Amino acid sequence: MRLLVVEDDEILLDGLKVGLQMCGFTVDTVTSVADAQAAVHADTFDAIILDLMLPDGSGLDVLARMRRSGDRTPVLLLTAKDEVADRIAGLDCGADDYLGKPFDLDEVAARLRAIVRRAHGRAIGHLEWNDMVLDPARMSALRDGTAVALSRREFAILQALMEAPGVIQSKTSLEQKLYGWQEEVESNTVEVHIHKLRSKLGASFIETVRGAGYRLRAVP
Amino acid sequence: MNSIRTRLFVILLATTGAVWLFAAAWIYASTQAEVERVLDARLMEAARMVSSLITDHRIDPVAAVDAATANAPPPPFEEAGDSYSRQLSCQIWSLQGSLVSRSESAPATSLASHMNGFEETEIDGERWRVYAVVNPSLGVRVLVGDSLEIRERLIGDVIKGLLLPGIAILPILAALIWLSVGRGLAPLTRIAEGLAGRSASELHPVDDGSVPREVRPVILALNSLFGRVAEARDRERSFTAYAAHELKTPLAGLKTQAQIALRTDDQKVQRDALSHISTSVDRTSRMVRQLIDLATVDASQGVATDEPVDIAALLGEVAAELETQLAVNDAHVAVELGDQAQRPAVLRIDRVLLRLAIRNLLENAIQHSPKGGEVRCRVTVRRNEVVVEILDEGPGIPQAEEKRATERFYRGSKVHGHGSGLGLSIVQMALDRLGGSLAFDRGGRWFTARVSFPLL
Repeated sequence: MRLLVVEDDEILLDGLKVGLQMCGFTVDTVTSVADAQAAVHADTFDAIILDLMLPDGSGLDVLARMRRSGDRTPVLLLTAKDEVADRIAGLDCGADDYLGKPFDLDEVAARLRAIVRRAHGRAIGHLEWNDMVLDPARMSALRDGTAVALSRREFAILQALMEAPGVIQSKTSLEQKLYGWQEEVESNTVEVHIHKLRSKLGASFIETVRGAGYRLRAVP
Repeated sequence: MNSIRTRLFVILLATTGAVWLFAAAWIYASTQAEVERVLDARLMEAARMVSSLITDHRIDPVAAVDAATANAPPPPFEEAGDSYSRQLSCQIWSLQGSLVSRSESAPATSLASHMNGFEETEIDGERWRVYAVVNPSLGVRVLVGDSLEIRERLIGDVIKGLLLPGIAILPILAALIWLSVGRGLAPLTRIAEGLAGRSASELHPVDDGSVPREVRPVILALNSLFGRVAEARDRERSFTAYAAHELKTPLAGLKTQAQIALRTDDQKVQRDALSHISTSVDRTSRMVRQLIDLATVDASQGVATDEPVDIAALLGEVAAELETQLAVNDAHVAVELGDQAQRPAVLRIDRVLLRLAIRNLLENAIQHSPKGGEVRCRVTVRRNEVVVEILDEGPGIPQAEEKRATERFYRGSKVHGHGSGLGLSIVQMALDRLGGSLAFDRGGRWFTARVSFPLL
């Protein structure tokens, strides 16, 4: 899952980036309203962590503009103001969840997974596809009750496919979920991970749609 | 007298009473003059009438004198019962000095001794106004007199008729004035009730469209006060929000970094996290110290204790205290003393506040100095001011941001340091209390923060 973190305190920003990467997220970071607006305009994220007080304005401005332009990316607000009125203002502005500072890293991760899940219309935490069960919270994959060892990137690709089974995911959109801005994307990397997944799950598990991308095969 | 109603009541009543009394006095005077004129004319007419009657021989004074009844009063008239009757008295004297005749109300003694015209006399305790006319052909003198007492009673009665209803009406008038003043002041009561019914958070302005013109200045002043209070309250609120943000954000960073350090197996990641924690603790403690400074300056209002402070010595002291910070930034601080030799820079000032101001300025200068840069402090005593200048080689504050630089938590748009945004607002507040002023100057290599204190 690819995240955008908007926070101006560099130590907290670094903490969120490193910590959430450890939880299996791909994390991009910006430090101002202007940069955040440019980023959401140019890229697609699975979720956005938004600080309210930024040096050049309020995070709510970013949020309001996103919602006005029809961008429904789930947003988790981070804030030091934890008066009820502020929370209401944030939620009314279109935020999906709200977390007061300071917070627990695991709670941030759990809330992110929850808002992303809700955005996909699912109520439960894990993903199922035939005999395959994926638990993003534990980063565990079970096939027929047996654990399958997956790397972070293999897991991310499988999760992206299982979140919208039957939908074709382009190579570019899968790449976006794997790499942040600073990371160098090696060519063929998606193909490599798909190849590895097929060798672990069976050649027919993921279908290649020529010229379009990949999807899960309806009847493996 | 602290009630406008009582005040107005007394003033209105007193002026009404005074006008009334003045009117009564005026009427008294003019009535008196008029009565005098009319009665004098009557006296004169009566005397001439009597004189002409005896000249026509309708009355024979000689026979009358012979009859020797002169000393006996003539038979009384029918009493009219009016207090103003028998006002006129008449005597006819021969020029030789014997009484020829007199009217019933006239005394037996001569009313007056003069020959012609008016005179006021007193006979047997009774005062008279007498008109005399001489009838040369008969050799008699006619005297007609008016009792002054009766005249005065007449005037008194006129005035009494004027004053008595006045006195009777006065209480009614007083009550009317009291009620009218109350009604006149009703808008004030309405405003007061409106204000009294407000809660502490209702700071919206009073509608000044409907208030009377006289109360308007008060309402305008009140509204302006409301505005200032609301502004201060908003400032306080945003300060609390900012302070919460500024303190909770580093806490969140600390916690996150600590969690990373705890759960990672990668030694480099762990080391990075720990070094972030250490940096964050340093910054946060500076922030906490500045918040305490701010509270100190806030609390110092009105309790500043002035003492003689040697500015140059204080600068050296603060520079020494900041030495640890200097080591980090590798900046060098030089304190210059201007023309200290002639006149030492000693100010009578609150030492704690001055120290806070200087410390924050110096800290800023050091923090924004390039690595290995120089910071200069200069103290100059002029004729009417003491100037402390702190110069650094850093980028300085852009002119456009100068005004906002002293706002709390304002951090400048392109600052790379890690300030709290409180330093300059502490300086500004402390200088406000100390009566000093702050200015910035940029030119060539140096950015200058200049603090001046007027010498009284």
